[in-house]
Amino acid sequence: MADSQIHVALAGNPNCGKTTLLNLITGANGYVGNWPGVTVEKKEAKLLSDKNVTITDLPGIYSLSPYSPEEQCSRDYLMSGEPDVVVQVVDATNLERNLYLALQVIETGLPVVVALNMADLVEKNGDKIDTDKLSKKLGCPVMMISALKNKGIKELFEQVKKSAASKGQVPEHKFDSSIEDVLDHIENNLPASVPANKRRYYAVKLFERDTDACKLINLTKEKAARVEQLVAQCEQDCDDDAESIITGERYGVIAHIIDECLTKAPAKMSTSEKIDRMVTNRILGLPIFVVIMFCVYYIAVSTLGGTVTDFTNDQLFGTDGWYVLGQGRDAYDAAVEAAGDNADSVDPAEYGPYVPGITTVVHDALVAGGTEDGGLVDSLVCDGIVGGLGAIFGFVPQMFLLFVMLSFLEDCGYMARVAFIMDRVFRRFGLSGKSFIPMLVSSGCGVPGVMATKTIENEKDRRMTVMTTTFIPCGAKLPIIALLMGSIIGDSSTTAAWISPLFYFLGVFAVIASGLMLKKTKLFAGRPTPFVMELPAYHFPAIRSWALHVWERCWAFIKKAGTVIFASTVVVWFLSNFGSYNGSFGFLPAMDGIPEEFMDYSVLAMLGNLVAWIFAPLGFSTWQATALTVSGLVAKENVVATAGSLLSVADAAETDPSLWTAFAGMFPTMGACVAFGAFNLLCAPCFAAMGTIRNQMDSGKWTAIAIGYECAFAWVIGLFINQFYNLLVLGQFGIWTIVAIVLLVAMLFQIFRPMPKHAWTDEDETNAASAAVSA
Amino acid sequence: MKTLGDVKVGESSTIVKLHGEGALRRHLMDLGLIKGTSFKVVKVAPLGDPVEINVRGYELSIRKEEAAVVEVQ
Repeated sequence: MADSQIHVALAGNPNCGKTTLLNLITGANGYVGNWPGVTVEKKEAKLLSDKNVTITDLPGIYSLSPYSPEEQCSRDYLMSGEPDVVVQVVDATNLERNLYLALQVIETGLPVVVALNMADLVEKNGDKIDTDKLSKKLGCPVMMISALKNKGIKELFEQVKKSAASKGQVPEHKFDSSIEDVLDHIENNLPASVPANKRRYYAVKLFERDTDACKLINLTKEKAARVEQLVAQCEQDCDDDAESIITGERYGVIAHIIDECLTKAPAKMSTSEKIDRMVTNRILGLPIFVVIMFCVYYIAVSTLGGTVTDFTNDQLFGTDGWYVLGQGRDAYDAAVEAAGDNADSVDPAEYGPYVPGITTVVHDALVAGGTEDGGLVDSLVCDGIVGGLGAIFGFVPQMFLLFVMLSFLEDCGYMARVAFIMDRVFRRFGLSGKSFIPMLVSSGCGVPGVMATKTIENEKDRRMTVMTTTFIPCGAKLPIIALLMGSIIGDSSTTAAWISPLFYFLGVFAVIASGLMLKKTKLFAGRPTPFVMELPAYHFPAIRSWALHVWERCWAFIKKAGTVIFASTVVVWFLSNFGSYNGSFGFLPAMDGIPEEFMDYSVLAMLGNLVAWIFAPLGFSTWQATALTVSGLVAKENVVATAGSLLSVADAAETDPSLWTAFAGMFPTMGACVAFGAFNLLCAPCFAAMGTIRNQMDSGKWTAIAIGYECAFAWVIGLFINQFYNLLVLGQFGIWTIVAIVLLVAMLFQIFRPMPKHAWTDEDETNAASAAVSA
Repeated sequence: MKTLGDVKVGESSTIVKLHGEGALRRHLMDLGLIKGTSFKVVKVAPLGDPVEINVRGYELSIRKEEAAVVEVQ
């Protein structure tokens, strides 16, 4: 029955606990962060306790002005006629600013229920709010709730249902009488088609000269002139512009309401302020930040996460197998040592509760089931599917730990301070402090990293962050770095640990250089975007939303592993195991007389040879190197595994010296080897990340620009490395050396030249236009 | 003209007028930075910019460049 359907719009300031409330009442796992502006598009979900109620979560906004896309989206929805009732969520610990939006929403004439959220905190602070009085002043029901503690929610929705049946209210609050007179006159000039409960809203909007509302109402020429005259007269009397007058009146009304309804406990220094004084301290702020980040990565990547990942890769998924709680491991190791050359004959199951690796289990099951050992099916399942998935799921523990810690920092409010601390740095290359979070997350996985850009309101900033954030080496690129390290210096990762930071610096350099170059192009030209941001109070995150937050990010990664990467490992397996030899096409390892290096005849080799010329100036034109790059585009996790199978190094891991030697043998010089690494780290990310870029950009053109730019930039950097290595170390000079020099000069010019003049013309035009409108 | 950016850390002042135009100006107004509003500069970021102010009971981060449109006493 259509009549029983209730549409509820959820409105409120950024960071007022709206999304927490939505998660609680609908069970949807929306993204919650202690970070202003987490919801950008509106989301819809059914109420858990009553399926006839549909909740629409609007983006967090401060006002219903016509200037930002979020605010436009919200007011368009409110005025669309769909919502039956609005739940205005108000952060009760900050009534003054939150009521500013509430007044505007009440002015829309829709039935409104004001939910004073964070009632628990108000109580804790010792403040008192007289809800009855507030309700009278606002002219709508006011309820105290705590979304975090699940208090007052049932009562809230009982009230919501009651209010939905009502026709809405005419706002109670009144401005100064001289302003009210003008508003009355404007109301009288409105066409009769504007319904009674919306007349006040449009009168105020016309007073503000709101362009969208003016277009919608479309007054006759005479009436428009009459209204303009009234407003101009009022502006002259108040010696202020119309927008300021209305804003001033609203805050005036609020000051009056707060005087009567709020009793504040004597101010004391809150815990939030104490923490904040410390972590954003002028001197200690940066060191504390560096220490926190170091700890996060040390725990997630180096120690705990690394151990779990090794376990997942080698023992759980690999062929090593494992002992429950490690019992029997020592005895087994001793037995293997004692057996010497006969180590294979030692049965690990005799020494403790042994669980064989998944690869072993699957392989044995297949062979027992009559499958040919090492045949087509065995190869596809064990090498292709289990091996491929194992390599990917090995990252989940690291990713999980990283997201647990980063999400905590975000939810508790520290990340907003990080943006505050880092803004000065990021502004230099055309970004804002807000771009820093996506880059941190990208160091785990580019997919949630690109998703995290949605908190950046400004479109240019967001696009540029999306384009550059995947330059930061993600978890999947670490094995590539380790492999390169081994190949270049032939040393284990422990003694040559300084190389891997170099690749991080390469990533950071790529971000900075790109920012500096791109902001001077027509695509990104414009004034630096304002960085006016609320710094939310610290709080310990609700376990539930924290867990949801971690889950959402890990899930993005697992989903990618389960779909794109899974499919791609099968495809790569097929391409490298099938091919034509001696005129017949088929499964290469099973062919008669096929040499050991059967992959030279595979489809992959043919494809590799086709595009290898592109990489000739970078020093690697073998089909293997090209094939590795292609497999890296599918998923960076593939590169090491593919290198292992292409180079016929069985059971390859990035820490295996025999793989290092084989890998280094693929390249004519060390320069080419490093160029290969640089290209693979900087070029377009994996398919899954590219898909996410497509979603975030919401434009095919911008996706192409982003990915094209990344590849071109990576190619140029690879060219620099190879050509300058040849020139400076080997003393070789050629046509590509000249190209490299020309490109380097062009790049330096673009980085260091001042902001070109054309950059601001577009902006100036719009400013001039808006000035003309308001003049 | 003295602007918000000129107020020293720990000092309080009152807004006299909001200059500038368009989205930034309206955004600052919506956040409660209007004529007659008093505020306190709480701190400045380690690299000298932006500054954090306390206004209408909450904390706001604003760059000195943007603070330049806010004329204060």
